[in-house]
Amino acid sequence: MIEDIELETLINEVYEYYGFDFGSYSRASLKRRVNRIYQLDGFAYFYEFLSKIRYDPEYYKHVVDEITVNVTEMFRDPSFYSVVRNQILPLLGTKPFIRLWHAGCSTGEEVYSMAILLKEAGLLHKSLIYATDINAKVLETAKKGIFPLRMMKEYSENYRDSGGKEDFSNYYTANYGIAKFDEELAQKMVFSQHNLVSDNSFNEFDVIFCRNVLIYFDNDLQKRAINLFDESLSVLGFLALGTKETIKYSIAPGKYKQLDREKIWRKIR
Amino acid sequence: MEKDQIIPDFRVVIIGGSAGSLNALMQILPHLCAIKSFAIVIVLHRKSTDEQTLEELIALKTIINVKPVEDKVPFLPGFIYIAPSNYHLLFEKNSTLSLDTSEKINYSRPSIDVSFESAAEIYKNNLTGILLSGSNADGTEGLKAIKNEGGTIIVQDPKSADMPFMPNSAIQNTIPDYVLNIQEILQFILSIDN
Repeated sequence: MIEDIELETLINEVYEYYGFDFGSYSRASLKRRVNRIYQLDGFAYFYEFLSKIRYDPEYYKHVVDEITVNVTEMFRDPSFYSVVRNQILPLLGTKPFIRLWHAGCSTGEEVYSMAILLKEAGLLHKSLIYATDINAKVLETAKKGIFPLRMMKEYSENYRDSGGKEDFSNYYTANYGIAKFDEELAQKMVFSQHNLVSDNSFNEFDVIFCRNVLIYFDNDLQKRAINLFDESLSVLGFLALGTKETIKYSIAPGKYKQLDREKIWRKIR
Repeated sequence: MEKDQIIPDFRVVIIGGSAGSLNALMQILPHLCAIKSFAIVIVLHRKSTDEQTLEELIALKTIINVKPVEDKVPFLPGFIYIAPSNYHLLFEKNSTLSLDTSEKINYSRPSIDVSFESAAEIYKNNLTGILLSGSNADGTEGLKAIKNEGGTIIVQDPKSADMPFMPNSAIQNTIPDYVLNIQEILQFILSIDN
């Protein structure tokens, strides 16, 4: 187990050597992630771990990937997707062209979920889905659209609970323990690396999803990210966060209107 | 910003459980009046799709204010906090709670071990961990961590538990300060404010 002071040393060294700033990450979770790698990779002394990170850029990349990899699901929180399906898509449908951004998309399960909703609403052909993450490794997985077959039972239940009427298994081909999703779904996806800590707005969107990413940030960094989303969102566009996240502390009241009890806000001015 | 933070000095009672533990809690919570000097945290294994049912059920059984847990909410004495479904619940040094969706631990999210270990690091000897009925081994490692940091650990007497596996695992692998039945656990909690 590493000590608090060691964690702070690590944060400073990573910033100094690689320019990546973990300083605004929530400490409890960050410490767990770092401890996990420290133990998995069998280190006995902190200084060994630190110098490996400092002098071995490949190992540093591995550490960042391991810290930031996070678990995602298709149609996580079915009631959220039901609101997207029934309240948001009909409004987007009137536009000639729809731009969406999944910030912190991880391995892409929620991006494919959204593509399925767009397809079923007949909107996929005029949509463009940007999916970004800081972690290059997860983006490779996301691009392939290959997910573990053993998860499909749960995902298909989530899909049904979100109001899906089709046979979920029509969307993928099962093979040797994997489910490969239809390439048609991925045709309108653009994947790229983007860092919410340091990068800026790169386009204007009608919907921005950033679900269960802000929980890893402290209040200051949450504010930065939400302001970045605000700059990247068109008026009357939607911002969707995880079920335990809020924009309340980051945005002037009156600028956004919340939809029902869901963590979806509409930019009204 | 992590510097110069004061370690919180109130007491915390963290209760973990799985199958059969809700039944035990329902016999404890109605008898608790206002809790002044400490906070209660409840970490139960629950369905990932259960949004609010557990919170509502517990709120019906207690006069203590149940605070909804969202990311970075202030963590204060006098309230009950419940780990939300499908998140791990963690403790920050600046007396806030934070959430994490990383891998399940012991097939569980929330995991009892994760919350116990995180609370132990911050609350040290001000922490009491109570492990109730359940049918997997989650909680045992967490109790060890609490003990290591100087906290008090209590395990429900397996004879009084609907599912004795979880308490038995803890008794076999840790040295509990107390092994108590439901009534005795209630008396213990009642005694904290005195």
